[in-house]
Amino acid sequence: MQRRVRLGLLIVLGLSGFAAVGACRRETPAAPEDTSATPSPSPASRPLTVAFVQVGAESAWRTAETRSIQTEAGKRPGIELKFFDAQQKQENQIRGLKSFVAQDVDVIVLAPVVETGWEPALREAKEAGIPVVLVDRGVNVTDESLYTTLIASDFVEEGRIAGRWLAEKTGGKCSIVELQGTVGAAPAIDRKKGFEEIIAQHPEMKIIKSQSGDFTRAGGKQVMEAFIKAEGRNIQAVYAHNDDMAIGAIQALKDAGMKPGQDVLVISIDAVRAAFEAMIAGELNATVECSPLFGPLLFDTIAKIVAGEPVPKKIINQDRLFEPHEAAALIDSREY
Amino acid sequence: MTKQTPLALWRRPTFWPVALLALLWLLNAALTPNFARIEVRDGRLFGSLIDVIHRGAPVMLLAVGMTLVIAMRGIDLSVGSVMAMAGAVAAQLIAVHDAPLAVVVAVPLVVAAAAGLWNGLLVTLAGMQPIVATLILLVAGRGVAQLITGGQITTFERPAFQFLGTGALLGVPFTLWLVAGVTLLVGALLRLTPLGLYVESIGGNERAARLAGVRVRAIKVAGYVLTGLCAGLAGLIATADIKAADVSNCGLYIELDAILAVVLGGTSLSGGRARMVGALAGALIMQTLTTTMLMRGIGQEYALVIKAVVALLVCLIYTPRFRGALQRLVGREVHAA
Repeated sequence: MQRRVRLGLLIVLGLSGFAAVGACRRETPAAPEDTSATPSPSPASRPLTVAFVQVGAESAWRTAETRSIQTEAGKRPGIELKFFDAQQKQENQIRGLKSFVAQDVDVIVLAPVVETGWEPALREAKEAGIPVVLVDRGVNVTDESLYTTLIASDFVEEGRIAGRWLAEKTGGKCSIVELQGTVGAAPAIDRKKGFEEIIAQHPEMKIIKSQSGDFTRAGGKQVMEAFIKAEGRNIQAVYAHNDDMAIGAIQALKDAGMKPGQDVLVISIDAVRAAFEAMIAGELNATVECSPLFGPLLFDTIAKIVAGEPVPKKIINQDRLFEPHEAAALIDSREY
Repeated sequence: MTKQTPLALWRRPTFWPVALLALLWLLNAALTPNFARIEVRDGRLFGSLIDVIHRGAPVMLLAVGMTLVIAMRGIDLSVGSVMAMAGAVAAQLIAVHDAPLAVVVAVPLVVAAAAGLWNGLLVTLAGMQPIVATLILLVAGRGVAQLITGGQITTFERPAFQFLGTGALLGVPFTLWLVAGVTLLVGALLRLTPLGLYVESIGGNERAARLAGVRVRAIKVAGYVLTGLCAGLAGLIATADIKAADVSNCGLYIELDAILAVVLGGTSLSGGRARMVGALAGALIMQTLTTTMLMRGIGQEYALVIKAVVALLVCLIYTPRFRGALQRLVGREVHAA
């Protein structure tokens, strides 16, 4: 009998522990801020209601994107922003989208969590005559008229920017090792493609080794260690598909008694805060931004849509390259 | 018990994994440029073989604990999450609280041991199946680690702590000393005390062991606590190595590598034997394959397939039916395990 009591206690203990963890995790993302009542439409100063269906708050990048759009909405007069946090679930996003269609908002902004399964929900918005602007990721739909435009970063262009910088720095003569992102991930494929396009134009630039470091620091470090053993001082530059792998590679170079940033050029993509720290330390030579700050471009585009001006089907959020000399001045403004 | 004839080598339980490891290293030395080169740089050994041992250290540590648990017909799926938890606690202690080194090392290990205790109690007191009991912590542990760091990568600078992951003692990576120390300690416990016999008897027939007076529950719980401690140590190494607690990636899927290492080492999942040296060789076999692929520029997608083929071959050697076929083929007696 005693054993059964103990077992019951354990189960209760276990469940409560689980529930506590669950509850804490659920609290973190901001609750949907539905400001319900739309002000009565007065023809002179009727505010423009923009609804933003966000993926959630799973990363610092995502949080920065949300903040950028919220801040920009606050700056512009006559814009009322309704925010919906879908907590990383497409079903929540579809529910949010439908409820905004029912509320008859003026514009819907959607950051789709996945590419597929959007047809029916987008069709409802189209039939209600509400333009939908996609941000940061596209959707797979047979009928392109279901959304008005997509504002996103161009990963291929980011690869090209990195390639051009390296070509210029080295006079088109360089042995490069590449740390790829996760096999099959869109940013990894595109950043490789764009970089190779530029390398192909310079016969004396060569990628001598290229392997996946899974977008992580530990992965970048392990792969770089093996590259150093295989190629030694032949390595003149490291191109990493994200900053975290570059930071891992920098540590591997230092462990091997080499000077990253001097003996070996290091360039990566994303421009997160840690990359700026590495640039200030003189160990990273450049990073290409993949900006989550969509706010200004988004509301410029929305203004055009509302005014009836034509907008292109895809709008590229311009990314740029940062170098060490600007790092110290900019690091405090990095939000992610 | 040991026969001094040449054939006795074949009968040694750890012959196969160690032989395969030696074969891999020899092949690599012949075929992969620079693989066998070891030089002294900045007063420490530097080379691919050193990398293999250094990078393989976390899985080797996990394999030590996992061997015991699996020998008792258990399993611990939570080791990767426990690594992430230990790393998160250590990084947070340094970055936020600026705690002294002893605290930074001790507190994560206590947390890891507590995680092991939790697993052990769920298995013994609650009578849950080990795979289910430890699955709970596999899922929840990483969540806890993310809560500790707020989901971000916590970075820090603390040379004394980083020594755990990147330091060298007498030219040899500190991680190697750690693995050697833990292995010798646990090995001594198993071979010089009756504990090894108890562990294998629990795995062989738990009921019989209990009736014979073995304190089954206590030993099982101790096994999970030890595995937790090993995971905590592995987490500290992984965190010190990159000067950051990367909770979303630290130890991700590493439990599978640890289990495979144990199986490659000749410990059966149905319990009853503990082959620790074999498990260490198993861990090194896999790390050798990874490092070789990276050095030779073989894509990750092929690397995984090659790993699987090697694992399949070793596991086949352990099956009586395959060994029988091999015997008929070779025409002589081939013993494994």
